[in-house]
Amino acid sequence: MQPPERYRAIVDDFEAFRAACERPLPSAIRVNTIKATVADVRAALDEAGVAYEPVDWHDALFVLPETSPGANWPYFHGWIHGQEEVSAVPATVLAPEPGERVWDACAAPGSKATQLAALIEDRGEVVATDNNLGRISALRTNTERLGATSIAVTHEDARNHSLKPFGGAEYDRALVDVPCSCEGTIRKNPDAFEEWSMSHVRGISGVQRDILERAVQATKAGGTVVYSTCTFAPEENEAVLDYVLEREDCALVDFDLALDHREGVTEWQDDEYDPSVRLAKRIYPHFNDTGGFFCAKLEVAQ
Amino acid sequence: MSNDSTKFTRLPESDADREAPERATREEVLEFWDDRFGVPPETFADYTFWERGKGKLWLYRGEPPSPVDVEALGMTFLRTRQEHWKPTLEAVQRFGEHATECVIHLSEGEAEAFVAGYDQELDWDGDWGYLVVTHELAGRREPVGVGLYVYGELRSQVPKGRRRELDN
Repeated sequence: MQPPERYRAIVDDFEAFRAACERPLPSAIRVNTIKATVADVRAALDEAGVAYEPVDWHDALFVLPETSPGANWPYFHGWIHGQEEVSAVPATVLAPEPGERVWDACAAPGSKATQLAALIEDRGEVVATDNNLGRISALRTNTERLGATSIAVTHEDARNHSLKPFGGAEYDRALVDVPCSCEGTIRKNPDAFEEWSMSHVRGISGVQRDILERAVQATKAGGTVVYSTCTFAPEENEAVLDYVLEREDCALVDFDLALDHREGVTEWQDDEYDPSVRLAKRIYPHFNDTGGFFCAKLEVAQ
Repeated sequence: MSNDSTKFTRLPESDADREAPERATREEVLEFWDDRFGVPPETFADYTFWERGKGKLWLYRGEPPSPVDVEALGMTFLRTRQEHWKPTLEAVQRFGEHATECVIHLSEGEAEAFVAGYDQELDWDGDWGYLVVTHELAGRREPVGVGLYVYGELRSQVPKGRRRELDN
């Protein structure tokens, strides 16, 4: 069965969910606090005559109801970055602190890596990895425009990530925002459901497991790993967590999120998952008028 | 191997530590920003400088072992190994607020023409060469990029991929 129908059993208010998936999503921006304050950006958007609306859960995000970012002064100065609301969730949950070392395992095109650099106040080190040179070029364009000085970019398969270039030290935190079937981007990419296939989900979930496993291994004892996707498929979400919980010494932990969400599912079709996957959060398009998203926070054992 | 173009090599502190004769030293880079633009050397105290290829300098917040073979290390910063060293647009946007000399302030219309890539005839009493270009944004003088002032003309150095026709 194809999405969205295959999720009827796990999504509350399924008809509203289906209707929300068909509505286009307005542009959103994140204030790049490396270069400007929220007040600076408000003033610059006012001067440029660009309408913007705050969002409830994050004071550095604005929805642009009438336009997309790109051809105005605050964009040119790297004060703002076009980033969908839910895309700002995982770095917010990871919450790295100034001076820390962070790994972004699948970093291009860099919205989250630059957000991590902003969260550490551009003091510390964000190692941003991607396996695709074309996408790395987009990542580089963004790190330059946003003026991030704490991001190093590596071209490699995250599953075999090497700590060597940076002296071998493990990370304080890791962000694992993996490639996925992207069902949750349906409001921006109307082909997302048509292009969906079970064989792709099966293939990509193997990659997701290996990347998350590598991230847990590359993170210090007591460190934090955030796993996220922009998809609804439990095969790519709770099943991946279940797999890694069994093999690596780590645990899911609870976290606050001021967006309306549902807990992770522990049963899907014929499978049952570790009961702690409930601590993961599912974000559906009809609850907050956003894209769809999945986010889990793990702690590496001491 | 330290001149390998895919590797980043950390700049030596001063002449005494220099192995490759053409490579700039940290001391020279700090002097350049101070002499040309009045940017105090302590502005860069928390950053390391790296060269990749011949003369392209990068600025980074961390201190990995040198040389390091990665795709990028912080931001592109300064072009050396040519007669007149040239700061990048991104370096000027990030650190140009500390500049007190060789700064040219543009009106709104002039600044829009500058970011669209146009050269403009403008009055300027100071040195010729690379200037920090500023304009008024959100109540302050904000650095936009680098211009080359010669023969009564400010030549926009905004890279092609960075140029914009602004909506304002």
